[in-house]
Amino acid sequence: MSALTLRVNGKERSADVDPNTPLLWVLRDSLGLAGTKYGCGMALCGACTVLADGEPVRACSTPAASVAGKNITTIEGLAKSATQLHPLQEAWIEHDVPQCGYCQAGQLMSAAALLARTPRPSDADIDAAMAGNICRCGTYQRIRAAIHSAASRLAGSKA
Amino acid sequence: MNAVMNPAFAADDELRELMCAVESGTRATCFRAVKLDRRNFLKLTGLAGGGLVLAFSMGGEAGAAAANAGEFAPNAFLRISRKGAITIYSKGPEIGQGIKTAFPLIIAEELDASWSDVNVLQAPVNPAVYGRQSAGGSRSIPDSWDQLRRAGAVARSMLVTAAASTWKVPASECSTRDSAVWNGKRKLGYGALVAKAAALPVPDAATVRLKERSEYRLLGKSYTGVDNHQVVTGAPLFGIDQTLPGMKIAVFQRCPATGGKVRSANLDEVKKLPGVRDAFVIEGNGKTTEVMPGVAIIADTTWAAFEASKQLKVEWDESTASKDSWSELVKRAVELSRLPTGEKTLVNAGNVEAALKGAAKTVTGFYTYPFVSHAPLEPQNCTAWSHDGILEFWAPTQTADRALETVAGALGVTVDKIKINQTRVGGGFGRRLMNDYVCEAGAIAQRYNAPVKVVWTREQDMSHDFFRAGGFHSLTGGVDAQGKLVAWRNHFITFTHDGKVPSSGADWAANQFPGLNLPDYQLSHSLLPIKTPTGPWRAPRSCSVAWVIQSFLHELSAVAGRDHREFLLEVMGEPRVLEGGLNTGRAADVIKLVTEKAGWGRKLPEGHGMGLAFHFSHAGHFAEVAEVSVDANRKIRLHRMVVAGDIGPIVNMSGANNQCEGGVIDGYSTMLGLEITMENGRIEQSNFHQYPILRIAHQPQVDVHFIQSDNPPTGVGEPALPPVAPAICNAIYAATGHRVRTLPLTKEGFRV
Repeated sequence: MSALTLRVNGKERSADVDPNTPLLWVLRDSLGLAGTKYGCGMALCGACTVLADGEPVRACSTPAASVAGKNITTIEGLAKSATQLHPLQEAWIEHDVPQCGYCQAGQLMSAAALLARTPRPSDADIDAAMAGNICRCGTYQRIRAAIHSAASRLAGSKA
Repeated sequence: MNAVMNPAFAADDELRELMCAVESGTRATCFRAVKLDRRNFLKLTGLAGGGLVLAFSMGGEAGAAAANAGEFAPNAFLRISRKGAITIYSKGPEIGQGIKTAFPLIIAEELDASWSDVNVLQAPVNPAVYGRQSAGGSRSIPDSWDQLRRAGAVARSMLVTAAASTWKVPASECSTRDSAVWNGKRKLGYGALVAKAAALPVPDAATVRLKERSEYRLLGKSYTGVDNHQVVTGAPLFGIDQTLPGMKIAVFQRCPATGGKVRSANLDEVKKLPGVRDAFVIEGNGKTTEVMPGVAIIADTTWAAFEASKQLKVEWDESTASKDSWSELVKRAVELSRLPTGEKTLVNAGNVEAALKGAAKTVTGFYTYPFVSHAPLEPQNCTAWSHDGILEFWAPTQTADRALETVAGALGVTVDKIKINQTRVGGGFGRRLMNDYVCEAGAIAQRYNAPVKVVWTREQDMSHDFFRAGGFHSLTGGVDAQGKLVAWRNHFITFTHDGKVPSSGADWAANQFPGLNLPDYQLSHSLLPIKTPTGPWRAPRSCSVAWVIQSFLHELSAVAGRDHREFLLEVMGEPRVLEGGLNTGRAADVIKLVTEKAGWGRKLPEGHGMGLAFHFSHAGHFAEVAEVSVDANRKIRLHRMVVAGDIGPIVNMSGANNQCEGGVIDGYSTMLGLEITMENGRIEQSNFHQYPILRIAHQPQVDVHFIQSDNPPTGVGEPALPPVAPAICNAIYAATGHRVRTLPLTKEGFRV
C-alpha cells in the first residue's frame, strides 16, 4: 500500500492503494466516484471507460499507477458544470437513450473521445469508436442517433 | 427421486410458482404479499370483470411515510406541497423497462398534473401498502393500471372539492388541467389547495371517476426517463453503487458445479492476504434460489476481495453436485427425437396420424436451441447490514416484495425484521426475479459486524445463473392439396429437475399457438434430468418456442408453395379469442400492418431475403419482418427489422419504442451467437469473450409501429422479442434456401 496521487476531473486526489490496483476500483472504492462501472474486469464490455489525457481507457484493466500524471476524466467530470451538461449528455436525455443505464457512462465517455477527435463522425466512425462498449439492453440505435445529434449541436455552436 | 428431500428440487418448485405468479393474470396471486400485513387502511374490493383492485382508505397512515408536515398526501403514491411541487412514488423496481417513468405518468394523468411539476421518487418496499412491487412477466402495467389511475383520481377529486368549496360553486362546474382546478377563467393551483384538501375525508378509490381515453393529455406521448439526468451524469443509482459508513466488500465462492459442498478451504491463508478482514464457510440451505454452500471473503475493497478470491483454494464435495454434460444431453435428445411421440402426451386433438397420412405433403424438422445466460451488465450484488435487531438490504432485485418473505425464510428471521431498499437495477431480463444474491448477502451480514456489500465477479455471474433452458423439437407437419395446414405433431425434448415436470422455463403451454388453430394436433414431451439451474429469461418459453413454431410454419408454407403472409393469416382464421388469450383478429391486424410497413413482396436486391414471424405472449400481439442479406461465405447482415405490436394504449411512446428496439437487439444477439454449455456440471463460458453480445456495428434499423387498440394496456418489456429469431431465420431461407434448425446461427456457419 502506498499513497497514489491522481488527477481526476481536474482535481488532485490521493488514495492509499496498491499501485497495481485497477483504476476502476480506485475511482469507485477509494475516491467515491461510482459512475464508472464494473462489467467484466477484462476490458471486454467498456462499462468502465474513462478518459486519460482524452484517450478512452478501460479502467478495469488499467493499473492506477500507470495513469498517474495524466488527466483522468470520468463520467462525473464530463459536464462543464452541474447546470451545463456535455452536448452528448443532453442528446442522451433528448433521445431517451438509457434503458437500465448501467453501460451508459462508458458509452458516453467513448463517444466523448470520438467527438473530440472526429467532430462529425460517420456511421463507420461510430462503429469503430463504440465497438468496445456493450449495451445489454440494446440501445445502439439511440446511441448512434444521439452521437449524430450531439455532433450537429457542437458544429452549430462553433459556426 | 424425492422432491421433498432434495432442496434443489424444492427451489425449482419455487421457481415454477414464481413464474406462475409473475405471469398470472389473476391479481390475487400478484398480491400474495398482501397476506403479510393487512392493516386497516387496505382492503381488497371485488370489481366488475371478476378482477380485484387494490383500494385504499387513504387515511393519514397510508401517506404518513411520504408526507411532510403541511403537505397533501391522500395516499402513499403522491404528495403535493403548498408550493405546488408534486412528488409521485413509483412503487416497482426499475430494471431498464422504464417503469419509473410509466407508473408516475399514469398517476399524473388522472391527477391532471403538469409533468414538469412532478418529481419522482422510488417508493419504499411495503407490499401491504403498495400491492405488487415486482417487475416480471410484463405484468407491471396491466396489474397496476387501475390502482395507479385511482391513486391519481382520488387526489384530483379532493382538490376539486377543495376548490369548489373555496369558490362556493358545485364541483361539477370545476375542471382540472396543468396542476390546477379551473372554474371558467379563474383557477387555483394545486399548491394553493393543499391545506383545504388535506382536511377533507378521502373518498373510496373504487368510486372516483376515471378519465376516458379521449381526455388523456399525457399518456401516449414520448417522455425521457425520469432518472436519465442522473444516469448520464454518473449518479450512484445502482445496487453496486451503494455505500455505507464502515462498509466492507464480500465475495462469495460457490462450487463451480451446482450443488457442491465445502469440504475444506485455506481460510487461514486467505485471512492473511492484504485488505482481507475475514473469511468463513457458509453451509447454506442448499437451495439455488436462496443460499448455496460456499466461502465468503470479506475485505476492505472490491479489488482486495477479488484478488483474495484468486488465492482461495476450496476442496469441494461434489458427490451430489451437477454432472451435466451438454454434449451428452444433445446425443440423448437426438436418440429420443427418432420417436414420433414422447413419454408423455400433453395434447392429442383429432387424429394427427390419420391427418398426416392424408396430407398432400409433409415436412419433418428437428430443431435445437441452447441454454443462454441473462448476463445483465450489472453483476449480481447486494448490500446487507445487521443492525438494531433488523437486517437491512439495498437490493437490485426484480421482486422486492417477494424478497421479504424469501429472505426471511432463508435466514430464519421474521418478515418484520427485514427491511429492503430498492435500488435501480442494471438489467434484469428475468435473472433478478430470484433473490439468491440477497439471501447470500444476508447470510454473510448475519456473520459480520458491519455493513457488507456482496459483489459477484462477471465469471461468477455467468456460471451461477438460472439459465434459459435449451431444448429440442422433433416436428412433423402436413398440408393438403390446397396448401392448407392440416396436421402438426411435436415431440418436445426438454429438461426436468424432479423427474416429473419440466424445469422452470422449459415447459410448453398446452394452448400454445398453433395448437388451437387446427383440428389435428399432437404435443408430447420427453424429459432429460439435469441439475443446472434454469429459470425465466425474457419472455420465458416464448423466447425459444416461438422460433420453432414460426420457423416450422414457414417450412410448411414453403412446401405448400404459398406466400407466408397468406398462409399465416389462413392459420389464424376468423377473428376470435382462443383459450390463453390469443386474439386472432388482433394477430391478423399486426401481421397485415407489419407486412405493409415492410413492403412485403417487393423486389429485393440479390442476396437479400425477407422473413415474417408472429408471436403472442404476455398479452401482446407482435408481428415482425426481417430483411437480411447473406453472402457466399454465410456472412449475414440484418438490415432492418419492422415491428408491429398491439398492447392496447401506450403509456410512454418513447419507452415502448425503446423496449421493442431493445427486444429486437436482444433477440438478434442471442440467436446469432450466444450459447451456454456445460461439462461435468461446470459452465464453460465465463465472460464476454465467450459470450459475444452484439455490438453497435451490427445494429439493424428497427422501425416500430403500434396499433393502439381499445383493449386494456399491457406490458411491452417482453413480447417484442420472441418473433425476432424466426423472422430472421425465415429471411435467411428466403435469401438462400437454407433452413436454420440449430441456434445459435454460428453453429450453422453463419457470422456477421
